Amino acid sequence: MKTATILKYQWKDLLRSKWIIGYALIYLLLSDGLIRFGGAGPKALLSIANVILLFVPLVSMIYGALFLYQSREFIELLLAQPLNRKSLYWGLFGSVSVPLAIAFLFGTGLPMVYNGILGANSTISIVTILSIGLLLTFLFTSLGFVFSLKFFNDKIKGLGFALVSWLILAVLYDGLVLMIVYLFGNYPLEKPVLVLSVLNPIDLARILVLLKFNISALMGYTGAVFNRFFGSQLGIYISLGCLLLWILIPLLWGLKLLRVKDF
Amino acid sequence: MDNKNTVIRFKELTKKFGNQIVLNDMNLEIIKGRTTGIVGPNGSGKTTMVKHLLGLVKPNSGSIHIGGKKLNGHCGYRRDIGYMPQIARYPENMKVSELIAFIKEIRDGQNAKEQPLIEYFGLEPELGKRLRNISGGTRQKVGATLALMFSPSILILDEPTAGLDPQASHKLKHLIKQEKEQGKTILLTTHIMSEIEELADDLIFIVEGNLRYNGPMNEFIENQQEQRLEGAVAKMMERGGK
Repeated sequence: MKTATILKYQWKDLLRSKWIIGYALIYLLLSDGLIRFGGAGPKALLSIANVILLFVPLVSMIYGALFLYQSREFIELLLAQPLNRKSLYWGLFGSVSVPLAIAFLFGTGLPMVYNGILGANSTISIVTILSIGLLLTFLFTSLGFVFSLKFFNDKIKGLGFALVSWLILAVLYDGLVLMIVYLFGNYPLEKPVLVLSVLNPIDLARILVLLKFNISALMGYTGAVFNRFFGSQLGIYISLGCLLLWILIPLLWGLKLLRVKDF
Repeated sequence: MDNKNTVIRFKELTKKFGNQIVLNDMNLEIIKGRTTGIVGPNGSGKTTMVKHLLGLVKPNSGSIHIGGKKLNGHCGYRRDIGYMPQIARYPENMKVSELIAFIKEIRDGQNAKEQPLIEYFGLEPELGKRLRNISGGTRQKVGATLALMFSPSILILDEPTAGLDPQASHKLKHLIKQEKEQGKTILLTTHIMSEIEELADDLIFIVEGNLRYNGPMNEFIENQQEQRLEGAVAKMMERGGK
């Protein structure tokens, strides 16, 4: 009940925020531009998916962490009220993640509607892309919360960890996997590579998109292994299940951190 | 001191941040209906002490009792507490009126009397403004309204007059005196000794996490053979709190 109160008032606050409006506009421009110049086919959708895989994790994680840092004094004031920490946590998480998700959905989805893509054969692909964006928003906002709560007295450290982990997961990870494959090419690597894919939620999301689009040429090593091992349909379910599990872990970790936190 | 009118009691309370002891085996009592000033050098543990009362910080050992009940992690006891923080930062795009409504809803509408306070502090023209657009002094007034509007039996005021102009500061002090006359227990931390002298009956003096004094303020001043609190505190600090 009190979580709902926090959501009601914080949403009023955040939906008026220039940052959230700006975030929606950036997606609107990118999505619109990619559809206009890439056409309505899978090429434009794949480009949008790539943008989502790169930017949604970064923005969600940094914004989630910054939100907690900037709300510190207000959180203390709320905790001085008859409000338990569990309600506060879910209230705060929903306060940030839902406006970010709405901004993403609005910014990315609107150009698809007015450019007439929706309703064509690509509807399932669009739903997949938007769902992945939403999942990544919730996942990386909760990861931002974890970094912020872990290093609550050291903003630079918290934001630094968030940035470095984004860099590793979004940019360097595939290179590292390829290096492992290159170095240990004489060994059977399918299962270790599968495990490595599951350990990176951005990789999982990418595999999910590519399996859905069934584009083997773009799957990369991990995607190809996933496809070969599980087949297209089972691979989609497994990667989706792992992604949902990935959301739960930082969410519950963040809750645990907040419950024992000294403010 | 062992008084049946004790409303807040710290029993052998110790708090460490890492290896640093912030509060050391603290035993103290705060008497119902009196105003207690908490003083000590910067980093002495004043804020940590107050945060324990609000449940913001959890002790490593020892216990805290409010109204005879031991705090056990439940939050219901905070219905009896009004807290005015030193730094009042609120969600920037929220309106003043929304913030007041927000806190009221968090307290399930608990018998709030905000209107007289809004009028007293002259906050009517500010109600429709976003919190990022109001001055520091107005934020303090909003903070005072939030702390006082539920008529709590315990008031915790952390540097309440910081950032207020002399007129607003005078008005707030007048209000604190009124609350005191109504039998409220008030805890006050401030670096302005004249303010404590003006408002407080009792004094808690903390140095490096150790309680050096807990009792009537006038006795403390007399013990230090001084006329004013500022001189007495300075004298005690020079001696390292002994």
